[in-house]
Amino acid sequence: MNRLIVDGKEIEVPAEYTLLQACEAAGAEIPRFCFHDRLSIAGNCRMCLVELKGSPKPIASCAWAVRDCRPGPKGEPPEVSTRTPMVRKAREGVMEFLLINHPLDCPICDQGGECDLQDQAMAYGIDASRYRENKRAVEDKYIGALVKTVMNRCIHCTRCVRFMTEVAGVPELGAIGRGEDMEITTYLEQAMTSELQGNVVDLCPVGALTSKPYAFAARPWELNKTESIDVMDALGCAIRIDTRGREVMRILPRINDEVNEEWISDKTRHVVDGLRTQRLDQPYIRVEGRLRPASWQEVFDAVAAKIARLRPDRIGAIVGELAAAEEIFALKDLLARLGVTNLDCREDGSALDPAWGRASYLFNAGIAGIEKADALLLVGSNPRREAAVLNARIRKRWRAGNFPIGVIGERADLTYRYEHLGTGPQALADIASGRHAFSATLKRAAHPLVVLGTGALARPDGAAIASLAAQLVTGLPAAAEPGRRAQAGTATACCTRRHRASPHSTWDSHPALAALRRRPWLRRARSTPSFSLGRTRSRSERAPSSSMSAPMVIAAPCAQTSSCPEPPIQRNRRFTSIPRADRK
Amino acid sequence: MLSDKDRIFRNLYGMHDWRLAGARSRGAWDGTKTILEKGTDWIINEVKASGLRGRGGAGFPTGLKWSFMPKQSDDRPHYLVVNADESEPGTCKDREIMRHDPHLLVEGSLIAGFAMRANTAYIYVRGEFVRERERLEAAVQEAYEARLIGKDNVHGFPFDLYVHHGAGAYICGEETALLESLEGKKGQPRLKPPFPANVGLYGCPTTVNNVESIAVVPDIVRRGAAWFAGIGRPNNTGTKLFCISGHVQRPCNVEEAMGIPLRELLDRHAGGVRGGWDNLLAVIPGGSSMPLIPAQQCDRLLMDFDGCREFKSALGTAAVIVMDKSTDIIAAMARISYFYKHESCGQCTPCREGMGWMWRVLTRMAEGRAHKREIDMLMEVTTQIEGHTICAFGDGAAWPVQGLIRHFRNEIERRIDAYTANPHQEAEQIAAE
Repeated sequence: MNRLIVDGKEIEVPAEYTLLQACEAAGAEIPRFCFHDRLSIAGNCRMCLVELKGSPKPIASCAWAVRDCRPGPKGEPPEVSTRTPMVRKAREGVMEFLLINHPLDCPICDQGGECDLQDQAMAYGIDASRYRENKRAVEDKYIGALVKTVMNRCIHCTRCVRFMTEVAGVPELGAIGRGEDMEITTYLEQAMTSELQGNVVDLCPVGALTSKPYAFAARPWELNKTESIDVMDALGCAIRIDTRGREVMRILPRINDEVNEEWISDKTRHVVDGLRTQRLDQPYIRVEGRLRPASWQEVFDAVAAKIARLRPDRIGAIVGELAAAEEIFALKDLLARLGVTNLDCREDGSALDPAWGRASYLFNAGIAGIEKADALLLVGSNPRREAAVLNARIRKRWRAGNFPIGVIGERADLTYRYEHLGTGPQALADIASGRHAFSATLKRAAHPLVVLGTGALARPDGAAIASLAAQLVTGLPAAAEPGRRAQAGTATACCTRRHRASPHSTWDSHPALAALRRRPWLRRARSTPSFSLGRTRSRSERAPSSSMSAPMVIAAPCAQTSSCPEPPIQRNRRFTSIPRADRK
Repeated sequence: MLSDKDRIFRNLYGMHDWRLAGARSRGAWDGTKTILEKGTDWIINEVKASGLRGRGGAGFPTGLKWSFMPKQSDDRPHYLVVNADESEPGTCKDREIMRHDPHLLVEGSLIAGFAMRANTAYIYVRGEFVRERERLEAAVQEAYEARLIGKDNVHGFPFDLYVHHGAGAYICGEETALLESLEGKKGQPRLKPPFPANVGLYGCPTTVNNVESIAVVPDIVRRGAAWFAGIGRPNNTGTKLFCISGHVQRPCNVEEAMGIPLRELLDRHAGGVRGGWDNLLAVIPGGSSMPLIPAQQCDRLLMDFDGCREFKSALGTAAVIVMDKSTDIIAAMARISYFYKHESCGQCTPCREGMGWMWRVLTRMAEGRAHKREIDMLMEVTTQIEGHTICAFGDGAAWPVQGLIRHFRNEIERRIDAYTANPHQEAEQIAAE
């Protein structure tokens, strides 16, 4: 810890803090454009200049570490001022430079109302421009169907470039040209391919990069903001749903360091289109093989009539991956009243079994726990496609160095380097038995992480693979020592192969129905108690992820539970599962 | 006046053989092994004692810079990088060294590399210097073949020297931008700290030195620090290559003692100012990025770091640009501003946005198409750039404009008045060469 005086207030901060962080810790507000907590430091906007006693020039606080400050001649702590006339003048100068070539087209800019440049110009701008020359004109670039560009507005903070290179791992954005001719582009104006590209819209401090589907749709001050949890993959990203009237306008990430930091995937972000168009907005009844539009009353009557004719053990329910916990709970409630116990959420035919215990399907390590891991084995999972934000977290850990990654399964570009160990269960068996070189890597690791994906579990031999993985994990030395827990987690239940773009697919063709038809207990009715799903607790109630559970191989039964450590399942119920033998 | 026996660059004009044999006949590579045997501390102390200040522009003491390299090795290799990206308008000294005395540079690299425990050195040559690079590469090849450098050389210190060719960006002469460029990235200056001596090329301790700073080292250690320190004034010691260009009778490169009066320098070596000393308008003493010094101050100007500082300018690279009274000084500064606008890397805001602003205002001022209040505004813009950028490029671009306003404000006002009185006049025909 180093002592530091900020605006006359003495504080104690870690030496690796930047002055910007230290000033914020002391309660001083520092304007910034290029600096972002989760990106590398560029130090190029020069907005965060502060005065450091002893330095003749103002310094960029985002790029200056506390440990770089020299104490005074008598050993007094370094002194930083954020409100002196010199600082104010420096910032006003920078703001003037930023504005001279900015089009000031706020009335037609989608960023208006949530624009960093607008906000900070209120504090540091001057009322009239002294710039009498022509403003710079920059051609707009095509960078894909999701991100709209108005490059006149760009202030060259390079946040987007750094995000794409560092977090998304797809260095598709960059700056060409130099000086005032510098332009941000995808070089050949190709579309960005990253599944996280929507985040550059949030990162852009001005209106240069805005959301294309959302263009000119709403103003931020018209929107009602509702905090929620994403259901588009098994990660459960923290999101904010912005609505105007009864219409969902857009989805933005919320900050949750335990889950998604502040990124969301494009699937999460752009799922709003699906809510708006082609909704299944009225019930249908199948008559002689054809669907006929019907009223709700007719449908309820038909359902009631059907149910009344059936014994409860002839009724079952399958919950799809996109159903929210509340809906699932309501369904379970309904079926419980009917005396039905046949409930399942493994519509993809996953081999997961509640009999193996909760730890078998939870992401035990916690998503933030990935950063503590020191070796990773991915089995049957392509996290980049299945849970892009999770993949970004793995990449973040990989970028920190010393993180061997092995993959069994599809050989895909995951944006980080890995060792491809094989494509089938044999490779896993080799590692479990110690024949494979990678098993030594896992054994050496203090916090090995094994991620078992649906790609493995949904195979006919899914149960065998899960058992192999369990053998592997329990055999690791890290599992034996209480202090060095092996971590294991599943990737995701919702992967691209089974991905349904939006919740409006017609039930007729819904794979869940097909799966329902395949379910053995529909044919051979037997009284099988099923397991149920509880309501997902909100993220704020989450248990701390540091409590890692025992090393178990796990898989997630459905989108809602995988990242939720403790759904309030009624504990007095007996959990058994559908007998394996019947699933053949 | 420097006597011939004190010259370091004995083949500055290329009248002798530049190859190894010729360089050896002029004393290069003589007893290099015994110098190295005296140890790294001895060499660094000798360079410190000589008072050698960096010849690239900033004038930082070279020996002190070398001593910043970590003493304890932490398994990271050390690197020496020689900055041969000489792009400052008016400067042409490193070019001559590479053309005519490349072995001074090769030998200097070995000694400097040894002093900072760097087994590898890179010479980053400016993109436009094609023939110079070829000659330098030939000299390096000769040194390899004579086993003067290389893995297993006669000096017993494994040393590899690579010549790297830049792509012709001015900003790559800034030391951290040079390192970025050398690493294969876009040439944009890095944030400091950490300084290159700690985290430099490929994250390893690195020292970046100018060609001239390195090329004078063999003579300093061979002839002794006292000899070098005896030339010039205290704190401004040694000899220096002056590049005299502009309105003089015979533009030339010349090696002279530091602290020589400007007038003596011009009269003795360049044949004097075109049209006589009284025809002098102004001088830029150290390359285009330094503020100009008007004629009335030039009488008393001593050409060294402190001498130029006295007149609110700097020695820079000692590229003396002489402008006589036929010069359109505003247009000249507008042209320099254009150069900086064109060469700004675009990374940080004040430089990126400010350069174009300054250039546009100056272009109007050169015609007189401006308001007098804009002179103060322009001055304020330069102070908004100066000191607010990542590297010193912003300062170097702001200073010439400040120099212009400081010394030729009345000229700008006269131009504005003339234009305001008759905005549709025929343009004044002024030679600006």
